[in-house]
Amino acid sequence: MRGIVSSGGYVPFRRLRRSAVPELLGTGGGKGTRAVASHDEDTTTMGLEAARLALAGVPAAAPDALWFTTPTPAYADKTNANAIHAALRLSSEVPAFDFGGGLRSGVGALETALSGRGTTLVVMADQRDGLPGGPDETFGGDGAAAFLVGDDGPGAPVVAELLASASATDEFTDRWRTPGERRSKVWEERFGETRYLPLGKEAWARALKAAGLEAEAVDRLVVTSMHGRAAKALSGALGTAKEAVVDDLSGSLGQAGAAHPGLVLSSILEEADPGQVVAVVHLADGAEVLLLRTTDAIAGWSPERPVAAQIAVGAELPYGKFLAWRGMLSPEPPRRPEPLRVQSPPAWRAEEWKFAFVGSRDRTSGAVHLPPSRVSMQGGAVDDMEPVCLAGTPGTIATFTIDRIAYSPSPPIVFAVVDFDGGGRYPVELTDVDADALSIGDRVEMTFRRLYSADGVHDYFWKARPLRRAPTA
Amino acid sequence: MASHGIKDRVAIIGMGCTPFGEHWDKDVDDLIVDASMDAFASAGVTKDDIDAYWLGTATSGSSGMALARPLQIQGKPVSRVENFCATGSEALRAASYAVASGAYDIAMAVGAEKLKDGGYQGIASPKPAGDGTQRTLTAAAMYSMIVPAYAKKYGLDEDQLMDVLATIAAKNHANGAVNPRAQFRKAVSKETVLSAPRLAGRLGVFDCAGVADGSAAAIIVRAEDAARYTDTPLYIKAFAVSTGTGSSLIDPEYDYTHFPECEAAANDAYAQAGVTDPRHQLAMAEVHDCFTPTELVLMEDLGFAERGTAWKEVLAGTFDLRGELPVNPDGGLKSFGHPVGASGLRMFFECWLQLRGEAGAERQIDTDRTLALTHNLGGYPGEMVSLVSIVGSELG
Repeated sequence: MRGIVSSGGYVPFRRLRRSAVPELLGTGGGKGTRAVASHDEDTTTMGLEAARLALAGVPAAAPDALWFTTPTPAYADKTNANAIHAALRLSSEVPAFDFGGGLRSGVGALETALSGRGTTLVVMADQRDGLPGGPDETFGGDGAAAFLVGDDGPGAPVVAELLASASATDEFTDRWRTPGERRSKVWEERFGETRYLPLGKEAWARALKAAGLEAEAVDRLVVTSMHGRAAKALSGALGTAKEAVVDDLSGSLGQAGAAHPGLVLSSILEEADPGQVVAVVHLADGAEVLLLRTTDAIAGWSPERPVAAQIAVGAELPYGKFLAWRGMLSPEPPRRPEPLRVQSPPAWRAEEWKFAFVGSRDRTSGAVHLPPSRVSMQGGAVDDMEPVCLAGTPGTIATFTIDRIAYSPSPPIVFAVVDFDGGGRYPVELTDVDADALSIGDRVEMTFRRLYSADGVHDYFWKARPLRRAPTA
Repeated sequence: MASHGIKDRVAIIGMGCTPFGEHWDKDVDDLIVDASMDAFASAGVTKDDIDAYWLGTATSGSSGMALARPLQIQGKPVSRVENFCATGSEALRAASYAVASGAYDIAMAVGAEKLKDGGYQGIASPKPAGDGTQRTLTAAAMYSMIVPAYAKKYGLDEDQLMDVLATIAAKNHANGAVNPRAQFRKAVSKETVLSAPRLAGRLGVFDCAGVADGSAAAIIVRAEDAARYTDTPLYIKAFAVSTGTGSSLIDPEYDYTHFPECEAAANDAYAQAGVTDPRHQLAMAEVHDCFTPTELVLMEDLGFAERGTAWKEVLAGTFDLRGELPVNPDGGLKSFGHPVGASGLRMFFECWLQLRGEAGAERQIDTDRTLALTHNLGGYPGEMVSLVSIVGSELG
């Protein structure tokens, strides 16, 4: 049996309230909220967050391939999956690939892994932009999803098996964007709708036939698409029970493009019971249908941080800050020199530290060194340390400050001295935090972020963020 | 293992110090020439009388040529030293040890820094990014972390502690206001300090030292030769350096309410000088008040107040110009200004004036004590170098 062994959906902390848009612009807006990646997040860091969540539940599983896909990559040419590979400390024999750039690429990568072999970690992420006041800005969303796909095995059972998948492909221009542009353009909405509805029905019929199922057998259905109107119309026209149609999360998070089918699928699996048939239909330049059935093993699968929990803790971001983070407003920067680009050889030498937050622990004294050190700060040990990864270890704030004059892509810098559970201290920048709500003793956890970019080189490293959920034992 | 020191083996026989401040019209060479000529005149010597030179500068020049060129020192050994904000004092330490060793008869230390050409407020020099994991926080932010830590440890609320820190700022501004060489020559009220916009944590602009250009210089001879140059030399009693490993930064035991490097340097200096009760033996102290919480913590690290009590002593006026132990009578880094490589020698310059009764009636300390302390620290809480020295106007 082949299928999904584990999944994780990542929703960034900040929300844009859609009604905040007309408050500033006088037009646009809508009901609900959309998810907003922080200024220090990109599709690579969000993808890693989802990947960490997907792997957290199955320590026995070891992916033998990492696939990353996004229409909004941090780098062209340079493989974005490699940063995720490094942050997960995957072995060098595990290949890391970027796949595709279209809005079909996320669900396509998942479909390919499900019909392939081996244990593949499929990661999809997207960050949807649009011009101020436009529908893409308001109804797009940011997020990521990751799936560990493989064969049923001890310690890593399949929680949702693939019943069937089907595609309907057609060449037509509904939505397009030239590489490097932030803004997508769309053809008249009605044209896309009249293409997507028959394509969706065609793929749906093929998938049901391949699975030997009737539409009434489907327990959970979601249709995702940047073409919201087509998705809505199709979800009511597929013959499933009305109550099978689940919330597509676009009201609270927006449509996170290529990542959205994964994000909603993960949220469905996180709440599913054994034996349920789950259908995901994604409309983008055609239609993709995935039909899955949850297994008995899903009862024993406890997701580290369900999508629903992340939706619950989100906090509003002022629209002005949103515009600044998206490069649509250029606020006065701090009058400090801008940082220079990260240097490749030192970054490579420090790969484990920089990408995976691995320090060293003195085998004799137990003293934890962050970054790793050859000579111990306690006793005289030299070159007698073991690596210690604190990326997943929560900590407590010993003292903190707010730096209003240092350079930051989004001042001020909130900074704290963090003591990690079980030993180790590191002074580190905080993120996803409201500075005035901070105090000594607050609990935090580490998160992988993009600190800044210079000369097109992104500086990835770790920050701490408030722990918004009790750690699982 | 021992730190023997060179108590009473060398003496300062002449000093010079430029005004500190925004010298838009002078480059570092001009400042070096000004301070050096003052020092030569003060000692009654010329550049050719000096056997060896040391220049302390953190960022304004490289190699001994940064001093040999502006002064046109011909055929003499000239070296440049650097040790963060202890740089100026390191130059004097090197010159003093060289004379004490017998290698030279007369040596000169010059400290100089040109910081105001950078185009940014504060000290901002872009460094190579390396692996991109180094923090980019300002010094103000690093030192601001003392505030919540100290308040919590000693049961003060933060507003109360900010009032104490404003008292320190107002004191140093009052001292600088009457010092003709100081960068800021205006008294600043506690209310003004407290109402300034916050830069980092709870610290406002008046909690931070002034960034300045400046230079200071000193000439050293063996103690027994001092009388040939002056009736009122200053004798070196102690030089102590403590260089941190940076490990406090990652040590969960470190609590941001003290600087172990400073305490270690002070203890070494007191042992070298035979000082057992600094609070009651020192005439004055010049300490590295880069930020107001730094001066607060130093009062405890240097043994001027018991742990957790410096804030009370500050409010009681113990460290005021007319207090029991005047601290930073020249205005300190706070209002005299902080040209990094010159600051250490500037502190000696104030000792030179005060212990010899030359500070002028308005700010002369009235005391029969004959010892003075200077203190530098460079770096940040958890990772710093510290240099403590003691000078005296009498032998023994």
